[in-house]
Amino acid sequence: MKLHEYQAKQVFADAGIPTPESKLASDVDGVLAAAEEIGYPVAIKAQVQVGGRGKAGGIKLAEDEEEAREAADAILGMDLKGYYVDRVLVEQAVDFTDELYVGITMDRGEGKPVAMVSTKGGVNIEEVAEEDPDAIAREHVDPSFGMMPYQARKAVYDAGVDCDLARGVSSVLSTLYDLWEEKDGSDAEINPLMVTSDDEVIAADAVMNIDEDALFRQPELAEMEEEAAGGDELEQKADEYGFDYVRLEGNTGIIGNGAGLVMTTLDLVDYYGGEPANFLDVGGGAKADRIANALDMVFSDDNVESVVFNIFGGITRGDEVAKGINEALEQFDEIPKPVVVRLAGTNWEEGMEILNEDLVTVEQTLEDAVQRAVEYAEEVNE
Amino acid sequence: MSVLVDEDTRVVVQGITGGEGKFHARQMMEYGTNVVAGAVPGKGGQDVDGVPVYDTVDQAVEEEDADTSVIFVPPAFAGDAIFEALDTDLDLAVAITEGIPTQDMAKVNKRLTETDTRLIGPNCPGLITPGESKLGILPGNIFESGNVGLVSRSGTLTYQVVDSLTQRGIGQTTAIGIGGDPIIGTSFIDALELFENDPETEAIVMCGEIGGEDEEQAAAYIDEHVDTPVAGFIAGRTAPPGKRMGHAGAIVSGSGTGTAESKINALNDAGVPVGDTPEEVADHIEEFL
Repeated sequence: MKLHEYQAKQVFADAGIPTPESKLASDVDGVLAAAEEIGYPVAIKAQVQVGGRGKAGGIKLAEDEEEAREAADAILGMDLKGYYVDRVLVEQAVDFTDELYVGITMDRGEGKPVAMVSTKGGVNIEEVAEEDPDAIAREHVDPSFGMMPYQARKAVYDAGVDCDLARGVSSVLSTLYDLWEEKDGSDAEINPLMVTSDDEVIAADAVMNIDEDALFRQPELAEMEEEAAGGDELEQKADEYGFDYVRLEGNTGIIGNGAGLVMTTLDLVDYYGGEPANFLDVGGGAKADRIANALDMVFSDDNVESVVFNIFGGITRGDEVAKGINEALEQFDEIPKPVVVRLAGTNWEEGMEILNEDLVTVEQTLEDAVQRAVEYAEEVNE
Repeated sequence: MSVLVDEDTRVVVQGITGGEGKFHARQMMEYGTNVVAGAVPGKGGQDVDGVPVYDTVDQAVEEEDADTSVIFVPPAFAGDAIFEALDTDLDLAVAITEGIPTQDMAKVNKRLTETDTRLIGPNCPGLITPGESKLGILPGNIFESGNVGLVSRSGTLTYQVVDSLTQRGIGQTTAIGIGGDPIIGTSFIDALELFENDPETEAIVMCGEIGGEDEEQAAAYIDEHVDTPVAGFIAGRTAPPGKRMGHAGAIVSGSGTGTAESKINALNDAGVPVGDTPEEVADHIEEFL
C-alpha cells in the first residue's frame, strides 16, 4: 500500500523530519486560501499515485495568486496517466542549493533492510542506480538491532555528503529507518531532500509504501488506505472482493488459483497467439461464492471476449469451484462470454460431475483449455 | 532415496487445532506421514485424531521425539512460531503460512544464521517424498515415486508440472515448494545442492517466476556445481513491468533484472533448457532420462 505524498509527509513530520509547510486542497478557492496562508511562492502538486508527476504536468510553481489560480485550474480535474486528480497539495516552495536522496528498503537478496544515501538527488534514482551504482552509498542493517548511529553516519560520509550537512542528513536517515521499522514500511524515501542556503535539510517529497501483510498491526495506516485507493474501476472492485487482480490490455479473461499457475496461464494464452485480459488469482481454498465473484469481475471487463478457468486444487476443491461456476452462470439468461473450464487436483472428479456442461466448455488439459479460450476470443474478431 | 524428508521423519504440527492445521494434519497422516504431535499454546493435553497436543514445540520434541515442524499458524503469529521452531533444535521447519510481514521474516532470516535448523517457506506448499512422507498441503495423489527432483517457487505451478511428469510415468524423488515470498529460508541453490548430492535424483526440474534474482543466482550455481541435468520453467513472461502479480516477489522493476527474459537467458547460458509450456519441461526431462 502506497501512501499519498501528503499522508507520507504528515507521518514524516510527526516523527520530526523537517518538511515544508503545506495544505491539502480540493478546489481553486481552497488552493488560493492555502497559498495565501503559506505565502508565495508555492508548489501545487497533484495527489495521485503515479511517478513522474512533474513531467506529466501534475506539479506547478506559482509566484502569485494569478499563477496559483491557473495552476489549480490546470491540475484539479486533470487525467494524470489514467488517474483523476481530485486533490492537490499546496506547499511552500523551498529555496534550495542542493538536492540529496535518502531511502530505506528491504534488500531481498540479502534478506536485510538497507539504507541508501546519494548526493545525486532530485532525479530518477532508479536510473542513477543502474548507470552509476557507486553514486549511492548503501548500508545493510541487522533487523534485530535496528540501524546503529554509526551506520547512519557511515552511509552519509560514504555518499560524500558535505561535513556541514552530515549531522542533519544522518539524523533524517536514522529517523527514516525508525519510521520504516515502526510502520512496517516496504520502502521509505525522500527524493529530493533539499539543502537550503543556510545548510538546513528539508524533505521536499515523501514516499512511504507499507507492507500490505502488516496492515493488521498498523490500524491508523490501514485507515488511510481507503483514502489512498483510486485508479482503475475494476482494480477497485478486485480490492473489494479481495482478489489479486491486474488488468491487462487483451481480450482473454483468466481466472486461476495460485500466482505462479495464473501467470503460467497468461503466458500460455500469449504462447497460443491470444492476449491476456487480466491476471486474477482466487487464492487458496476458494469457496463457491468467491468463484462466482471472480467470474463477475472478469465479465465486468468490456474487453473480455472469452474466459479460461484454470484450477489445480491443493487446498482448493474442484467441487466448490464447480458449484461457484454454476451459481455464477445460472443467473444469466444468456452467458455473456464463453467460459472454458479446466479442473485438476483435489476433488476434480466430483467437480466434473457437478459442473453444468450446458453452460461451459470443459477441457482436460491446461493447453487445450487455453487454446480453446483463445479460439473463442478470436472468433469475435472475425 | 529422498532429500530432507522420508518415512522416518517425525512431525510436530504447530497450529494443529486450527481449521487448516487440523485438515492438513489429517491429510498428511492419511498419506502416511508420521505426525507425532501438535503444538498449540493453551491446548496442551488435548488430542487431534489421537495425536497428542502440547503447549510448546519444546515439549513435543521432548515427549514425542519430533524432529520436524510444519507450521499452520496465522500470519500475525507465524513469525513467532518460526522462532519457536528454530529455538528447539529441530532438523527442519516448514512454514506454510501465507502473508507473514516481510520485516518479521527479516528477523527470522537473521536467526537462521544462528541455528542448524533448516527452514522451508514461508508461503509454500511444503515438500513431499512420494510414497513416504508429505509435509504441507500438496495433493499427494498426483505424485509418484521416481528419480526426478523438483524445486519450485510456486505451489500450483508445481502441481501442474508434476502432473505432466506423472502422466508420462516419470516419478519424483522429492518435490520442494520453497515459496514465493521476498525472504524465504531454503533457496533454489540449497535445494539444487541437495538434489545434486542425492544419488537417486537423475534429473531436476526448477520452476521459477519473475521478480528477484534467485533464478539468475541459481543458474550461476548450476553452471559451476551441478552435473545432474536440470530443466526449467519461468512463469510471468507476459507480466507488465511495475505490477505485482500475486506473490509479493513477483514484481518486475523494469530495470532489466528479475524479468522472465533475464532468468530464461541466465538458465539457457548455464545449459538449462527452459520450457515454453509445462509439457515442454516434461519433454526435456524425458530426454534426460
